[in-house]
Amino acid sequence: MAPAVPRSGDAIFANVERVNAELFTLTYGAIVRQLLTDLEEVDEVNKQLDQMGYNIGIRLIDEFLAKSNVTRCVDFRETAEVIAKVGFKMFLGVTASVTNWDTEGTCCSLILDDNPLVDFVELPDTCQGLYYCNILSGVVRGALEMVSMKTEVTWVRDMLRGDDAFELQVKLLKQVPEEYPYKDDE
Amino acid sequence: MAAIYSLYIINKSGGLIFYKDYGLQGRMDTNDSLRLASLWHSMHAISQQLSPIPGCAGIELLEADTFDLHCFQSLTGTKFFVVSEPGTQNMENLLKHIYELYTDYVLKNPFYEMEMPIRCELFDINLAQAIQKDRVSYLGR
Repeated sequence: MAPAVPRSGDAIFANVERVNAELFTLTYGAIVRQLLTDLEEVDEVNKQLDQMGYNIGIRLIDEFLAKSNVTRCVDFRETAEVIAKVGFKMFLGVTASVTNWDTEGTCCSLILDDNPLVDFVELPDTCQGLYYCNILSGVVRGALEMVSMKTEVTWVRDMLRGDDAFELQVKLLKQVPEEYPYKDDE
Repeated sequence: MAAIYSLYIINKSGGLIFYKDYGLQGRMDTNDSLRLASLWHSMHAISQQLSPIPGCAGIELLEADTFDLHCFQSLTGTKFFVVSEPGTQNMENLLKHIYELYTDYVLKNPFYEMEMPIRCELFDINLAQAIQKDRVSYLGR
């Protein structure tokens, strides 16, 4: 049987069921507002959003792999490209570009063209430390962890905080290949 | 006549999370199926190390006199394998389809705990439909 060809983000996005974008934006906004009310501390909310994103990411990765037919990436560069071109397109309907590679090829930035989470949103002065889209960093971190990559994902630039773009830095900490049941020294 | 005898799903640590018997013979009780699943998990891992070709992804097909065993491993380490009649065609596509059902009805269920045994009715229903469709198209060939 011929191996399945990887599908493009556009093709998959065209085939999945859609939801009203405003419903999505409003639902996410309601989550953030409720977290702020419950937790009060902006740092706690950031952490909680990242944790929620992580829980989504660990489940989302299988969906991504099943629908997109991607094969194992040869290096982290390919991984970043796949996340930017296929992953973001498939789930958020936006593409991202990959830039700012470091010399070892373990750290890069994903710059989002568009961000449906922040439509109509302005941060008030009381929430200046808030990373509103922190759920996205959790999603990427969770998804990569399930394919044996430990990463650190942080927001470098955030338009809600006054910057000119949404830039997510993804740093590969280490590859954790699966443990085998039998080791030679046991 | 069933082309498929049984289906197993094992999590990344080798624990059995789903087992379904379709055959009339060779039915197993829970302990046997658990033991078989971890045996297969270990064999799969050993085969990757034994392979003369680097980057081997493990056993995909085991052919025996009385059955075939087709195995699919996702990049996340979850293994789906099916024991079928010798010479059964189209099992790779069926396994991929079951993987998609898993990502939909199991992983998207917020009450399903990761790596735990699957107890999702929607998954059972849709899986039965998929197996039935495969059986029908098999009989039609």
